[in-house]
Amino acid sequence: MRRLWRSVLFLGRDSRLRAWLKPWTDSLNTFSKGHQSLSVVLGMAVVTTVLPFIILFPPFAGFATQGDWVQGFASAGIFVLLALGLNVVVGLAGLLDLGYAAFFAIGAYSYAYGASPFAGTHFPFWPLLLVGAMVAALFGILLGAPTLRLRGDYLAIVTLGFGEIVPVVFRNADTYTNGTNGISGMYRPALPVTGTFLGLNPVPYYITVAVLVALAMVFLYRIQDSRLGRAWMAVREDELAAASMGINTVTTKLLAFAIGASTAGLAGVFYASKVTIISPDSFGFTVSFTILAMVVLGGMGNVWGVAAGAFVVYEIQSELLKQMNGFVEHLNLPPINLGVTTIDLAKVDFLQYQFLLYGLALVGMMLLRPEGLFPNRRRRAELHDVDDAEAANQELVEA
Amino acid sequence: MDVGTLTQQLVNALTLGAIYALIALGYTMVYGIIELINFAHGDVFMVGSFVSLWLLADFFGLRGPINNPAELVGVLVVAFVFSMVVMGLVGVVIERFAYRPLRNAPRLAPLITAIGVSFILQNIIQIWRGPAQLNSPQLINVQAGFRVGSAEVHWISVFVIAIAVGLIIGLHLFISRTRMGRAMRSTALDREAAQLMGVDINTTIAVTFFIGSALAGAAGVVQGLYYGYTFFTIGFQGGLKAFTAAVLGGIGNTTGAALGGFTIGFIEVFASQAGYANWSEAIVFSILILVLVFRPTGLLGQPTAERG
Repeated sequence: MRRLWRSVLFLGRDSRLRAWLKPWTDSLNTFSKGHQSLSVVLGMAVVTTVLPFIILFPPFAGFATQGDWVQGFASAGIFVLLALGLNVVVGLAGLLDLGYAAFFAIGAYSYAYGASPFAGTHFPFWPLLLVGAMVAALFGILLGAPTLRLRGDYLAIVTLGFGEIVPVVFRNADTYTNGTNGISGMYRPALPVTGTFLGLNPVPYYITVAVLVALAMVFLYRIQDSRLGRAWMAVREDELAAASMGINTVTTKLLAFAIGASTAGLAGVFYASKVTIISPDSFGFTVSFTILAMVVLGGMGNVWGVAAGAFVVYEIQSELLKQMNGFVEHLNLPPINLGVTTIDLAKVDFLQYQFLLYGLALVGMMLLRPEGLFPNRRRRAELHDVDDAEAANQELVEA
Repeated sequence: MDVGTLTQQLVNALTLGAIYALIALGYTMVYGIIELINFAHGDVFMVGSFVSLWLLADFFGLRGPINNPAELVGVLVVAFVFSMVVMGLVGVVIERFAYRPLRNAPRLAPLITAIGVSFILQNIIQIWRGPAQLNSPQLINVQAGFRVGSAEVHWISVFVIAIAVGLIIGLHLFISRTRMGRAMRSTALDREAAQLMGVDINTTIAVTFFIGSALAGAAGVVQGLYYGYTFFTIGFQGGLKAFTAAVLGGIGNTTGAALGGFTIGFIEVFASQAGYANWSEAIVFSILILVLVFRPTGLLGQPTAERG
């Protein structure tokens, strides 16, 4: 049964389709190994171009306009960025961060202070992207410096605490943050050619976030294969052994925190410029958890996997479950006759059950694929049964 | 602050701390035995408050205080036993379906299913009783009490503290004196070695979940009796603070969890007294961070070597 699932859903090892595609996938693999950054950029370009057209076909078409879909994709991009950043901290360096949304909030508020009527400032969007990233990184270092010597789950609870403190501060320091009402009327980004981005036209935002994601992915792939990336993995596997091999574990972990936080800061600035209104309630615990779920479901440590996981989880949670009513009506399923009672799925209000379904999806996906949808090869080698481990080792040796 | 206010606030702090301690015990027991931060635990507490609300308000049709002592004791015993048994079973079911299949999976996998279970529980309660805050019958008259000097001590506070302390002592005796308690301690120490010594790991872990969740069920009954209301999101805030209490005391250590619960109760009550009620969460977590920076394993935790 499990095997069937795997071959249907994920083109398992024994699938004929996979064998048929092998020549093409092989040459693609060779190309991407030689030109990693280029292939990331090309891959993102293809994905970005194809996505707005896939949804014109069934079963996606019909219950939301193309504009709505692209708007959703642009928001999904924010979470892809966040998941990529958290992947550095959790997936590569092995530090469990349960308050990651705090850095997202710090980035968003940085933009609010840089370009809103509330602060009385209007700096351009593009340099503020960097400023937001740097401010968030600074807070990452400030939090990390005293606490990174904590072991495992104690670090998790400290980050959880930090994630709770930040919204409380934004909520209660009314004079500086406008309290629970949040800050509104942020100026939208502008480019010399296109002029100011319009709220009703999602395309510029969609392209911007795609570029940001592509840049982040290139950067993360390169850093992952650098000396620093190897140091992170060494610290993750065995901190003591890493330290005795001459790795400065404190700097290594601090850099993971800072780089993770800066990605969240970047996402925060973009988010603030897109929704133009932010309030402390948008950055709670649920957001931190959603991002963590994205990383784990995507496959920790694997850049493309995490990006795909974030996209899938976001679409399930924010699009599919919210539009489930329209979607099911659109499918025109016949009512299910159970003898005693008839269930007409078209008449069920799925909105009421969205968190139930989201919870079931999280549990179900985790039980089916505990290592994530697209696991990192090295991780899979550690965690899977002997056959798979040997196969994966073989792949690693060949690589 | 005069002596009267101080006494008054001490009682409030002890009462609040008692509730946190009851929930914290479940976190710490589960963490101690399978090293999982059981994020669904706060929601088990929340469901417990709804189960007791259903029993008292809908099944018994009670609306307010009961004045006949014998009847009061009878109803309270039924409410606690019912809520504790139901929630204990819910805990066992959660463990069986969401955590046991992932016992040998990567460590973060059960954490994600825990979050999933938490969403599921909240949504079920929301569908069952609606998203509004509901009033629970306060069986013990919340106005009744006695005076100590100029402070007014309510019987309900005495009752809550007594229940919590009683359950904590009972749990302590169970863990330190019984055969099952010994099995739990040895499983927590080294699961494989315990198994080699003939401990049935699955049963032991299920019993741990039963007890932890039953304590959260008791805290749910207390929530209704003391505050007189319940709400489908209380599990989140209550759970977070209780988890903080467990870590503050040294996670995995039951005495520490009780101590941590009372500490958090004191911090919160005195932050409100000083006029910083809105900041109480920030203060609780700041103190937690400070404590961990100076005592990285919590107040009573034993320093452990990093496991490879």
